[in-house]
Amino acid sequence: MGLTLSWLSVIILIPLAGLFLRSLELSPEQFWAILSSRRTLNALRVSFGLGFAAACVNLVMGSIIVWALVRYRFPGRRLFDAIVDVPFALPTAVAGVALTALFAEKGWLGAPLAALGIKVAFTPLGIFVAMIFIGIPFVVRTVQPVLQDLDPEIEEAAGSLGASRWQTVTRVILPSLAPALLTGLALAFARAVGEYGSVIFIAGNLPNVSEIAPLLIVIRLSEFRYADATAIAVIMLVVSFVIIFAVNRLQRWARSRIPKH
Amino acid sequence: MTIEVKNLVKKFGIFAALDGVDLKVDNGELVALLGPSGSGKTTLLRIIAGLDWPDSGEVSFNGEDALAQGARERHVGFVFQHYALFRHMTVFENVAFGLRVQPRAVRKDEAAIRARVKELLDLVQLDWLADRYPSQLSGGQRQRIALARALAIEPRILLLDEPFGALDAKVRKELRRWLRSLHHEINVTSIFVTHDQEEALEVANRVVVMDKGRIEQVGSPEDVYESPASAFVHGFIGESIELPVQVESGVIRLGDRPLALAADGLAPGASRLFVRRHDMLVGPSGSGAFEGAVRQVRNFGPVQRAEVALLGGETIEIDAPRDKELRAGDIVSLNPRRYRIFAG
Repeated sequence: MGLTLSWLSVIILIPLAGLFLRSLELSPEQFWAILSSRRTLNALRVSFGLGFAAACVNLVMGSIIVWALVRYRFPGRRLFDAIVDVPFALPTAVAGVALTALFAEKGWLGAPLAALGIKVAFTPLGIFVAMIFIGIPFVVRTVQPVLQDLDPEIEEAAGSLGASRWQTVTRVILPSLAPALLTGLALAFARAVGEYGSVIFIAGNLPNVSEIAPLLIVIRLSEFRYADATAIAVIMLVVSFVIIFAVNRLQRWARSRIPKH
Repeated sequence: MTIEVKNLVKKFGIFAALDGVDLKVDNGELVALLGPSGSGKTTLLRIIAGLDWPDSGEVSFNGEDALAQGARERHVGFVFQHYALFRHMTVFENVAFGLRVQPRAVRKDEAAIRARVKELLDLVQLDWLADRYPSQLSGGQRQRIALARALAIEPRILLLDEPFGALDAKVRKELRRWLRSLHHEINVTSIFVTHDQEEALEVANRVVVMDKGRIEQVGSPEDVYESPASAFVHGFIGESIELPVQVESGVIRLGDRPLALAADGLAPGASRLFVRRHDMLVGPSGSGAFEGAVRQVRNFGPVQRAEVALLGGETIEIDAPRDKELRAGDIVSLNPRRYRIFAG
């Protein structure tokens, strides 16, 4: 107990407290000025906006992947199952370099897309792609065990009670998976917001256009504007806390709603 | 609603789950499909429900082809062994589900749905649980809710797959009686699957005994118990003594000992003789078909169970009345009051 608390304090709480104390060196006006500057707001908008959009895409695509992995038996299923973890395991810088090479104007995917007039690398679209890449395992790994637990018999029950396939999915399957889906969404979102390594390679990092908030923090630090950096960090911290809190509530709700048999 | 099944075949790989099954169920009957696991009884039930499809054969309801319809159109109530309740819905919403998913044109209004659900919960005597979630109920309660849910759509047929299989012995017995009286009340044509002979004999009007994808016998509980049609049925239903015998020129032999039993009309060759335990009458040595030495006597329940080593090599267990004096070491004769011999 004592050990747990001390360890948690040293590893997590003290650094966070330090961050807050540092930002207290700013007057509220200064703090507000930094936050409301155009570049900060744009960076936050890029991080949170694209992060949320990527999480939503991951929610949909992740659900489809989970469905295939759990409900179908096909050759190479175990291999695909393992591949899902690649974004977890890959160093993010490696992922960034790989994605950039792939989507650059001469890359395997970049070239055909460029022919269609779509530019991915060094645009916000690139950030979006990188965020999808790193977020997908969160949705898959959160929903997978819940779907495995879901008895296929409940679909048969719904069908024999007269439900159409659509009604079965919307009224029976999705509500059963909802807590897990929401948790997966929140985790993928949190990861996308905090992602740095894989994004900065492909982003192009144009201020106000494709500059993410974590990068802006690094830039401020390299300019020795520590107060600016901590102010942005504090805001990201607060938003992340809100997300973690929401995830926690969702999990509590899920457990109370659907206790294990 | 009558159900007719003709020459149904269903294979899983090389395993024939159903190997040419014919069955007719009359309107209002309560039929048990009884057999060991792997006998095809659940497969037959699922095909009737539309949850599985046969490789060949026919299924018709009241003469109309049921295989042309999916599970959704068949209007069949199905109760699963593990209940398959929707765990994110309250008991009330579970029962209401079948009413809420009806096409808009025929769907009842909210008040009518509420009234119907209330009526069904009263029927299964669980109206006080309406706001609970399935995980908060006991197994017996869940199964009754599953039944209420299946009945909500006013099914033409009610199918139950091992409905009491996951429950403990005491709850099982209660629910058996309850199911029988419920069937009496609502009188919908019903088929239930079970591997428990006592359940089948106690609940059903008619019992269908299955083995290895085939129907061995169809009859009233009395029929299948008193006059089993095959060696399998005799061995499966009720406790039986089974002895390998040899039939030759009008004589039945156990080992090399001829038995003083009539062999009229029996085909020669290796056969099996079946006797119910309580049909073996114990007499003084030299007075019956079998001779043997009592090895062990155990007294419990209404009878005493004796282990007897027969001359000819087999050891059997018989049930004798409690007032019969039997001790280990006694040499006795045994005479079957009733017996059956099946070739093979």
